[in-house]
Parts: sequence; C-alpha cells; structure tokens
Amino acid sequence: MDIASQLNTGWMLTATVAVTLMLPGLALYYGGLSRTKNILNTVMIIFCGFAVAAALWVLFGYGLTLGNSVSGKGLIGNPSGLWGLHSLVGQETPKGAVPGILIAAFQLIFAGLTVGIVGGAIEGRMKFSSWVVFAGLWVTFVYFPIAHWVFAFDSPDGSTIGGWIANQLGALDFAGGTAVHMNAGAAALVLALFLGKRRDFPQVGRPGNLPISILGGGLLLVGWYGFNGGSAGGINESAGVAVTNTLIAGCLGLAGWLIPEKIRRGSATSLGAISGLLAGLVAITPAANSVSAVGAMIIGLIAGAISFWAQGLKEKLGYDDALDAVSIHLFPGIFGTLAIGFLADPATPAEAAGLFYGGGLDVLWRQAVAVVSVFAYCFIVTALIAWVLKKTMGLRVPDSQEISGLDTTEHAERAYSLDGV
Amino acid sequence: MQLITAILQPSALDPVKSALADAGITGMTVYDAKGHGAQSGTVEVYRSQKVHVEFLPKICIEVVVTDEAVDTVISVIREAAYTGQIGNGKIWASPVSRIVRVRTGETGEDAV
Repeated sequence: MDIASQLNTGWMLTATVAVTLMLPGLALYYGGLSRTKNILNTVMIIFCGFAVAAALWVLFGYGLTLGNSVSGKGLIGNPSGLWGLHSLVGQETPKGAVPGILIAAFQLIFAGLTVGIVGGAIEGRMKFSSWVVFAGLWVTFVYFPIAHWVFAFDSPDGSTIGGWIANQLGALDFAGGTAVHMNAGAAALVLALFLGKRRDFPQVGRPGNLPISILGGGLLLVGWYGFNGGSAGGINESAGVAVTNTLIAGCLGLAGWLIPEKIRRGSATSLGAISGLLAGLVAITPAANSVSAVGAMIIGLIAGAISFWAQGLKEKLGYDDALDAVSIHLFPGIFGTLAIGFLADPATPAEAAGLFYGGGLDVLWRQAVAVVSVFAYCFIVTALIAWVLKKTMGLRVPDSQEISGLDTTEHAERAYSLDGV
Repeated sequence: MQLITAILQPSALDPVKSALADAGITGMTVYDAKGHGAQSGTVEVYRSQKVHVEFLPKICIEVVVTDEAVDTVISVIREAAYTGQIGNGKIWASPVSRIVRVRTGETGEDAV
C-alpha cells in the first residue's frame, strides 16, 4: 500500500468510527422523543433494524448495491462473486485507493442507519417481530436497489458499471439526500399509513425525555462529519468542503426552524432547535461538496423552515408519523437534492453549475428526475411490503399492549427506575 | 391527634418548612404531587403539537400534630404559602386514631 493509500485509509477508518456514532445518536434521539413507556422499544427498533441490515449487507447487500450492474442497465448490482464480502480481501489496493473491505464497512452503516430512520414512524404500536421482518425486506427490495442507482459509480476503466442515477442520468447526490433521507422519509410515510394512527393521536402526550433526544441529536451532528466527510472517499478538498458545509447547514437549519417557531408559536423550543439542526444536516447531505459556504447557509436556513412548515401536515392530513421522519428527512432530503440544481457552484469539487451560476436547467432537471424516481419506487415497493406483512404477520400490537406501552409488553423491561420501590 | 395535609405550590416548600420550624414543629413528610383545583391546566408545545397538561406540579406536606396545635399549624402554613394568586392550594386536617413511635414504642400524644 503506498503512502497516499495509507493516508486515505486512515481518514476512512476515522470516518467509519465517526459515522457509527449515528447509531446510538439516532437511537437516543428517537428514544427520547418516544413516550416514557416506549423508549426502550424505540431504541430496539433502531439497533435491531441496523443489525438486520448489517447481516444482509454482508450476505448479498454489498453485491446488490456496489456490484457490477446486471446487464449494464444500472438498476441493480450483481452479487455473484461478492457473497460474504470474501473477494474484497487479499486484493492489491490500487495507488491512492482505500481497501474495498473498508468501503464495504462504511457503506454498511449507511444501509443500517437508513432503516433506522424509517423506524421513527412507528412509535408505540408496531409489533416488534413484524418490524424486524420489515427491516430485512425493506433494505433488500428498496434500499439496496436505490443505493445502487445513487452510490455505485462506473469504474474509470469501464470494467464495472454502476447505477443509472449516478452515471447515465448524472444527478448529484453526494452522501444520500435521495438514497438515504428522502428514501427513509417516504418509507416512514407509507408505514405510518399502513399502521394507522396511535389510539390517542394527535393528543399523544409529551416526549418522554427531551435531554436524551438532545444528546442523540448532538451525536448525530458529530457522526454526520463521518457520513458526509467520509463520502469524499479519502483526504481531499471534497472532504474539507463537505465537513464545513455540514456544520454550516446544521447551524442555519436550527435558525430556520426557530425563527418561524418564535413568530408563529411564541416560543423558541429546544426540540425545535434539534429538529432544525437535523433538517439542515439532511438537506446538505446531497449537496455537501457541490455548493459554497453561503450556499450551505441558504440550504440550511430554508430546510429548517420547510421542516417547521411540514410539521403541520401530519395532523392536517392525518398520518401519524410519530417521530417525524417525514418532516425532518423526506422534505429536507427532497429540498437539498433539488437545491443543487440552483446553487451548485462550479468552484467546488463537484464542478457543476446550477441555475444561479449560469448552468441553466441542466443540473436541475437531472436532480428532479432522481427525486421523482426514488420517491415513486420507494413508495410503491414499501407499500407492497407493508401490505404483505399486514395480511400475513399483522403490523400492529393489540390495544391493551399499546396502552400499557411496548417496553414492558414487548421487551419485559422498564426504562426508568429512579427510586428503590 | 390530627393529620394535617397541605397541597401547595412547589415554590411554597421553603417558606412553609422554615415557618413550621419556627413554630416548633419538628417533623414532616414531603412529596411531589400533581393535580389541579379550580385552576385549569397549561399548554406545552412539542414540534408544533399542542399538549394540554391538566395536572400541574404541586407539593404535598403532611404533619401529625396534637389537637390543640391544629389551628396554629394550619394558620402558619397558610400564611407562609399565601401569594394571592390562583392555585395556592388547600390545607385540611383529618383525625388520627392511633400512632406508635417505632424506636421507643411510645403511643398516643407522646409519639407525636
């Protein structure tokens, strides 16, 4: 391994560790938003969904996502020869490159986290067994194909063909505005619709533990440096731009939520601050290496405001997306992906020019096609999976269990025991 | 002997505790309680979702006193807890038929 390879590998190891922080981050963020009787169930949903995705990733998910495209169509990778990741070790690493097995680990975390984000929709009412089966089916039939479209690039020598969105269409999605965030958000919407509302929706009571959520949100922010910075693939300008834009968009997202919240509701809330922060981080994910710092500010600010606005939809339209994957991931994910079409700055490492930089509509239409395709595929296939599970295993716990809470009834545990009684 | 129960604003704990000590009352039991009287609840907002909080945080103070101390103790608690605002709480007394001090086995007024 040459020195450039070693340096790049060092950064990718670091980014892999950092992005793993998003697992406890997401679990605590969602856990704290759950009601006191369901916090452990929510944590289990995140951790177990992640583990299911990890196992399937090793068996065939890596191949479906990053394998050579079947018939060169860019729709799905060919897992043959990549089962169990075996063929990734013992290879000579090309000059400056990072070992394939490390890229596999880094991308595994993306798959697991995307499944976890979907879990935000189901607080307090989904059968745990059905969730675990859903996680496996969803990552296989929805995440792996879409990740292939978006994350698999043609190899420079043309020997490996990648996904159609990344190559034939040429849409820009740096770290997963489409494949991760809007994908998970759309799936959360579908699952919320199939599950139905919680018994007392919309008067469901308050979040069980806001400081825990805030801690989780903070861990997500740190993990996001690995998520976006690591998506640069090594030590380069792209990683620097991505990390900087990530921080900026998060901060402006916070402002984008709190300003309308203070004006419309009279108080700037701590939960609003975390929500806006995450909305900004979601929106910059696809755009992290293609916009300037000011572009990141604009994206973050608008994403926070869009997310605040979208929050009102669930009561109006009557879908109980319990912990708000739709308003925090779907809408900012769509917005960030489309914003590249306007704000892409040719001076950045992505070297694309959006509408505001004289590039015309060339980038924007590609982004729009990517958004519509990912949403439509995710919506339809997720609905099929949810429908089949509803008809076979059933999705929902009985009312008595929902009332008592899923911590004691599904997991035989209670989150808080603050006195000795 | 009577049991005096006072349901008060949490902010009344310190003044009532000091006033009772000044009046020579040596023991009491205090715990957090939730409830409301004539006062209605408040509204909290989580991600634009309004949550109506019906039961507000209160404290409950319990003191067992001899019959002749009842009036004094009630007026001491009331003066210390009074702010004139709605939601100041209530105090009531109920008869206690037996009382035993665990360490010494004393009973009746000796055990108060």
